[in-house]
Amino acid sequence: MTELFNFFQQNIQMIYIVILMVFVGIEIIGHVPAVLHTPLMSGANAIHGVVIIGAILVMLHMDPDNMLGLAIGFIAVILGTLNVVGGFVVTDRMLDMFKPKK
Amino acid sequence: METAVLDILYLLASVGFIVGLKMLGSPKTARNGNFYSAIGMTLAILGTIFIYPKIAHLRVPTFVYGLIFTAILIGSIIGWSIAKKVEMTKMPELVSFFNGMGGATAALIGLMEFAHNIGHSSKMSMIVAGLVIGSISFAGSMIAWAKLNGRLRKPIRLPKYNILNTLLALVLVLLGVYIVWAQVSNPVFIYTLFALALIYGVLFVLPIGGADMPVVISLLNSFTGLAAAFGGFLYGNMAMLTGGILVGSAGTILTVAMTKAMNRSLSAVVFGAFGEGSSAAGTSSTKIKGNIKEAGPSDAAILLNYANKVIIVPGYGLAVAQAQHVLHELEELLSKKGIDVKYAIHPVAGRMPGHMNVLLAEANVDYDKLVDMEDINNEFANTDVVLVVGANDVVNPAAHNDPSSPIYGMPVLDVENAKNIIVNKRSMKPGYAGIENELFYNPKTSMLFGDAKSALTKVVQELKGL
Repeated sequence: MTELFNFFQQNIQMIYIVILMVFVGIEIIGHVPAVLHTPLMSGANAIHGVVIIGAILVMLHMDPDNMLGLAIGFIAVILGTLNVVGGFVVTDRMLDMFKPKK
Repeated sequence: METAVLDILYLLASVGFIVGLKMLGSPKTARNGNFYSAIGMTLAILGTIFIYPKIAHLRVPTFVYGLIFTAILIGSIIGWSIAKKVEMTKMPELVSFFNGMGGATAALIGLMEFAHNIGHSSKMSMIVAGLVIGSISFAGSMIAWAKLNGRLRKPIRLPKYNILNTLLALVLVLLGVYIVWAQVSNPVFIYTLFALALIYGVLFVLPIGGADMPVVISLLNSFTGLAAAFGGFLYGNMAMLTGGILVGSAGTILTVAMTKAMNRSLSAVVFGAFGEGSSAAGTSSTKIKGNIKEAGPSDAAILLNYANKVIIVPGYGLAVAQAQHVLHELEELLSKKGIDVKYAIHPVAGRMPGHMNVLLAEANVDYDKLVDMEDINNEFANTDVVLVVGANDVVNPAAHNDPSSPIYGMPVLDVENAKNIIVNKRSMKPGYAGIENELFYNPKTSMLFGDAKSALTKVVQELKGL
């Protein structure tokens, strides 16, 4: 129990951010027209690729002799990049077609 | 100093994500918005690679840097080329695929961080949560991807799958709690958890029918967001936290909006019996009476030529046949003749909400001509001709008048109110939901059989001759 309280105390700022971000997310998405739902889903999909930062952090901290660890980290960075780059590029491609017509 | 710079970069990244998502809300700003999110992401990644090691006083060997850059290069090349090449019709499965990659990343982070954090129960709970959610998202997305591209056509249901899935979910939670609580140090436990989460992800999506797949993808999208946010907690990383939570909450709202459009509750999608009940109901209870009336391209052209008001209802069949451009040509031809032409867009036309808008935008259709279902439904009564191209379930009147139909209650386009209906379909095969459509047997309906592209091309030729 004390551990739980400590956790709250140490992370209180992050907990605030989580709660505020939940509302920000709801507010932003609530007003997006259905026309843009597909690019929105794909754009949001690219943003959660931010998990790649975790994969990079793991690599930076990894013991250089831990070959298995490095290999898994290597794969994780590739997959994370796929998510980020692919997501943003394909969203851009879709939105390019929404250009106003003459 | 360096700490401040990194903090500022992460702050910029978070602001980029928020502003970017906000700007996606309007067709005019959407493209720039996506660009801002991408810049934010780049700043966060570069900061992590170049500034973080200095702050943490890490001596990272050069070859590790080499590995990181190689991985980013490989990922970028593959991601870029897939994203550039993919057809717009394949968008839902692509989103699902990329989503799975993100989930896998989160899961792998969990696997690697386990050994370093034995004994820290708060960190371990983040690791376990990220691992489980990431794995479910990965496995589920891959199944959704396989279903959407036709590799896996039918919903597969193990006997008593609901009970089985619930039990498995319970086991996952209990094992996760045990690992954190008992400060387990044996890696076998974490690998077991990983394997069970993967199995759960597969079993979670397998029984769900193809028509519900967009909802599942959206749900898994928010799962991956959540997994990223747990990573943010673990590392105290603000960019991961804000990005993850934003996507988590936005994805949940989007999921709810989608289920509303399909008139399904989320629990009905996850636990329901869509594909299962429908095949039986479709063939037995709705044995449809009446004959179908077939029409040739010239009949269709004449009908359209003498109309004052035409509404086009595009469906996924249009996209499959790559007939968007011909359809646009037809629309322009009719407009030139002074006929009022509009497109009626069902919220789930195509394979996910907004998908049809993307496909028509690709063919240069003016988005002012695209009208949402709620706005156009009362216009059908004074419409002379409705042209349904490759759509089926979204124009099925059974949603209004057949309580035994699995789509009963789903909002549909009320095309049966129009004076004449032309339906272009390849055959009488039922649509994605696998159910019969009595609209085709309506005396007002003419069936124009054939591939959408060739059929519409013929209609255009006939029209030009008139």
